[in-house]
Order: sequence, then structure tokens, then C-alpha cells
Amino acid sequence: MTERLSPADRTAALESLLVERELVDPSVMDGFIARYERDVGPMNGARVVARAWTDPSYLAWLRDDATAAIADLGFSGPQGEHMVALEQSDEVHHVVVCTLCSCYPWPVLGLPPSWYKDPAYRSRVVREPRAVLAEMGCSLPEDIAIEVWDSSAEVRYLVIPQRPAGTEDLGVDELAALVTRDAMVGVARL
Amino acid sequence: MDSIADMGGVLGYGPASRPVAGEPPFAAPWEGRAFALTLLTMGRISGRNLDAFRHALSRLHPLDYLSDGYYGRWLNAAELMLVDSAVLAPDAVNARVRRDRGEDVVEPAFPEPARPDYAPTGPGSLREVDEEALFTVADAVVTADAHPRGPSKLPAYLRRRRGTVTAVRPAHVLPDTHGVFAGENAQHVYTVGFDSTEVWGPDAEPFRLHADLFESYLTPDEEGAS
Repeated sequence: MTERLSPADRTAALESLLVERELVDPSVMDGFIARYERDVGPMNGARVVARAWTDPSYLAWLRDDATAAIADLGFSGPQGEHMVALEQSDEVHHVVVCTLCSCYPWPVLGLPPSWYKDPAYRSRVVREPRAVLAEMGCSLPEDIAIEVWDSSAEVRYLVIPQRPAGTEDLGVDELAALVTRDAMVGVARL
Repeated sequence: MDSIADMGGVLGYGPASRPVAGEPPFAAPWEGRAFALTLLTMGRISGRNLDAFRHALSRLHPLDYLSDGYYGRWLNAAELMLVDSAVLAPDAVNARVRRDRGEDVVEPAFPEPARPDYAPTGPGSLREVDEEALFTVADAVVTADAHPRGPSKLPAYLRRRRGTVTAVRPAHVLPDTHGVFAGENAQHVYTVGFDSTEVWGPDAEPFRLHADLFESYLTPDEEGAS
């Protein structure tokens, strides 16, 4: 078998070939990387959730047209063309996956974390979600119904966790700080 | 197509990993470079054709899909698309690596590019269609017994299954043709819900599973509707 070259070396080689061909500009690449390292991430989705918790008319909008409601906070673009909000409750727990690739709502959550891209998650959460969630540290009560959403087209799902008890006095910014990436995909509860 | 990318229900990958708080988007600098290169590459072939990129991912050898993780497979799929379009010669990337580390290799010449003669009719994947949606919420449907050689977004684990329409979504370009630069053929898309026992048999964990499926993957379930 031929030697497998390292992906770091192969990436550098591809970049140098495409720069030589004048097909990519390294400074444009730097901009893409910086955007997803700095500006786009789960802090965006957390703002959507905190506003839904505190503003009933916003929650109603999110239910009716999540794409527009989310765009109202400035979050739109690739991998967020058609957004749907899924609300956790005492009776139902939603969890999102992409079994065919690793589709993920970039504008509100940024790029997917390693566990979401892991074949172990992609393969089994559609087959034994309660067991998979328990492995990930999210053990659900027996009486809660599980709904799994396989993002197999261009619809992207944002899970709206339940507002934790005892947070009545917190403002929107403080509430947003409580919301985690994992809770907005449905592998954790707050 | 049946491929390493279509993972739903496959066993053998071990337990799911526990989330790590504050994980950065890129675990190493090369992952960010591979990410940005891939996005730019897609635009250099023919529009930003996500379906063609996903089809390239599904055509990778399983080792090339799995060995270097998510951005490793992005890199390999980007290279495959560039070779398909003759922007790069086969093995040009590996030859450049070996040259850069001082080996005595002859790099292949840049070929004459042969990009697909194809352009999307608009940005993104959503389109307006004139045809009325065939199905509505609560309709009983059966998924196709489809085994295409080309792209498809019907997961293998959801072939020949009976479900119920959960929601009607906006129409999308059809990956089966768009992904091979053969036409957008926009279609209605439905979220379809399935009982876990319909998919995984009578001993399955009880839960409800939803997937987003193109209209041509579905037919009415006359029996389920009665």
C-alpha cells in the first residue's frame, strides 16, 4: 500500500497549486477562517433562544417563520436557507443529526463540533437515540418521547431548549450565556 | 448511491463521543485552510454546487473518507472535483507534497480545464416551482425502492418505509441531477415522520424519526391511508 501523506501537507500542497493557478487568494481564505473562528458560532443561536424565552411575539414568529425571525437578529446565509425551530418540553425531546453528511445550521451555531461529525453519532442516533444520548451524558426520563430529525435536505433545525427554572430575574444577555451548543442540537438539556 | 457517506443505522463505529465545552471550529490550522480551500474550490468548478460536493464526498474511497476526519474528507472531495474538471492532474497534490519535502519527483503539468457547462439559475438550493405539492401534512406515504448509481438524498435506511408527512417545505433543486450538473429539476420537499419500529423492527427503541425527502422519493401509501 502506498504511504498516506498527511492531510496538513496535502492541504498546503493544494493551496500552493491553486494559488499558482490564480484560483484562490490566501487572504480570502484567511477571511473565511476568521469569520467562523470569531463571528459565527453558538453565541448567535443563544441570542435567538434567549429572545424566544423572553418575548412571546418573537416565539410566535419563530414558530411561524423561523428563517425570517432568525434573520431579524442578523443571522442568515449558507446552511441556513430554511430554518425550523424545534421546542423542547417536559413531554418531548428533539435531537438533530445529518446521516448523509454533517449538515448543520451554520448561521446560528457555526461549524459543527467533532461529536456531530463523528460516524458514531451519525450512524446510531437514528437507530437508538436514547442509548446514544446517555453515552453523551444526556440521560432522559423514561416517560419523555424522543423525536429525531435527520437533516437530509436543505432544511436546518435549531432546538429551543426549555428555560431553566429560577431564571425569571435574568436579562436577555444573561439568559443567552446559559444556552449551550449541545442544548441547541438536542444532545443536552439545560 | 450506496456509499460510505450514507451512515444511518450502520453499527461498528463505537460509542458516541462526549461533547467538549468550548471546542474550537478547527482542531489544527490545516483544517481551517482545507475548509476555506474547499469553499473556494466549489465556486471555481461551476457555481457553488453543494450537491456536487456531497456527491464527491460519497465517491471517496472509505479510507479517504474516514482517515483524516471531517476536513480530511473535504480536502479529498475538493481534490476529486478539481481532477474531474481537469483543473488539476491526478496525483498533482501528492507530487507537490513530495517535491516540497525534497524528493526528486516530476510534477504533472496543469491540464486544460474542462469544467461542466452548467450554471445554477440562482443562489442557494431553494426554488419556486409551479406544480402543486402532491402531498400534504398527515398524508401516508411510502419511500422508494431506489438504488441509484448517482447522487441521492434518500438515506438507505429509509428505503421502502411507510411514513406520514410531518410538514411541507420549500421546493429545492434536486441533488440527483443538480449534483451531476444535469439540471436543477426543483421539487417539493417534505419532512416525513416514521415510527422507529417501521424502520428498525419490533424491538426498536420507541421514538419518532423525521427526514426531509424529495417528492420523487415518495408515493402515496394507499393502505396506510385507508
